[in-house]
Amino acid sequence: MIPWFVVPGLFLVAYGAYAGLFVAPMDYQQGDAFRIIYVHVPSAYLSMMTYMIMATSAGIGLIWRIKLAHAVAAAAAPIGAWFTFLALATGSIWGKPMWGTWWEWGDPRLTSELIMLFLYFGYMALRGAIDDTAKADKSSAVLALVGAVNVPIIHFSVEWWSSLHQGPTLVRKGGPAMDTAMLYPLLAMILGFTFLFGALLLRRVRAEVLYRERRTRWVREMILSKGT
Amino acid sequence: MTGDAPAMLAGMLGVIRRDLLLAWKRPGDILNPLFFFVMVAALFPLAVGPSPEQLEFSGPAVLWVAALLAMLLSLNSLFLSDFEDGSLDQMLVSPVPLPALALGKSIMHWLTSGLPLVLISPVVAITFRMPASVTGFLMITLLLGTISLSLLGSIGAALTVGLHRGTALLSLLILPLAMPVLIFGARTVSLVAAGDGVAGGLYFLGAYAVLVLSFAPFATAAALRISNE
Repeated sequence: MIPWFVVPGLFLVAYGAYAGLFVAPMDYQQGDAFRIIYVHVPSAYLSMMTYMIMATSAGIGLIWRIKLAHAVAAAAAPIGAWFTFLALATGSIWGKPMWGTWWEWGDPRLTSELIMLFLYFGYMALRGAIDDTAKADKSSAVLALVGAVNVPIIHFSVEWWSSLHQGPTLVRKGGPAMDTAMLYPLLAMILGFTFLFGALLLRRVRAEVLYRERRTRWVREMILSKGT
Repeated sequence: MTGDAPAMLAGMLGVIRRDLLLAWKRPGDILNPLFFFVMVAALFPLAVGPSPEQLEFSGPAVLWVAALLAMLLSLNSLFLSDFEDGSLDQMLVSPVPLPALALGKSIMHWLTSGLPLVLISPVVAITFRMPASVTGFLMITLLLGTISLSLLGSIGAALTVGLHRGTALLSLLILPLAMPVLIFGARTVSLVAAGDGVAGGLYFLGAYAVLVLSFAPFATAAALRISNE
């Protein structure tokens, strides 16, 4: 299953990176700096989507008691945290030449992304603090669901808060109409990142399941038959 | 599990009465977070300097952050003594629905830590040169905000009960979730001080309290069951 994700993912990212970095024309305002969106946008979108996947599978695991769903949630959290960090880091690198500052508290998306990172950290910390796997699964699932209820509220309140001491946001909402030469590489990158995310997730879930079932016979037999 | 309303109410009131009595016998439990609140609030002028404009400007923010931290401080012990002496097991096997008991614990927590904070906040506000009209709004936002914090915090306390490294973990879990309350609470007071409209902020705090009230007892009950398997 994994090659089905890796191959198109790598292909799309390779095309997106090449077209985005070399083919796409320079932005008339931002010069070459805009090219960081080819990493930034996919990361930011995946940071949100991973939380949704995590919360959904945690909910499935809690309600129907499916062990695999818990494994998916556990495997998704670090990936999501990493994408969130990547989105923050690339945004900050872009912000330095564009806004003249690494960090701008006035931008709502920056702040809510940071809170997102804290949510991931809390989730992983709770999971790490409980030794019993089954208990860790359920406790962190409750937390993920409570967090999922809160995410839209946090996002909305941060937006309200920042709109108070600053006029329109620095980045225009709709953005300027994008040239197709810029747009297609971006779409390719988003799709490619998603495929690679799928591959990463499947691989992590496989490792997680093997680790959880390490005392069962089928895992032992599999390892022994593969051993030299 | 029988769920007729009088029994539920009796169970909830029983939990509240018992815990209030316990708190009364150990006044430190109520007073320590209050002292903590006053001290944290006192740290800021010492660090920032005594200039009146700055104090007036930062007052709402400082009071709100201090209140949030004080609430967190008292949350850790919410279920701890019940967990240690076995009363929690009794609650779990009780015929009264667990969410009702969890709600009782949240109400108790608010009565012993949220309400005292609201009552003492005007005294601290005076030292920040907050005018009386603004102080009134500070109390209203704290009143609505601490209700949400007690309910949200109960979920975190239930998730971390019985864990060794509970305190730091609890803050890590609850603080991101408490962000909206802090934003709206502190900003609304700042807006009053600046002479702007405040209805939106108050509506939000009220709506948020109602929302949390509707799901937090159930989440707390689920978390308690998981923590005590």
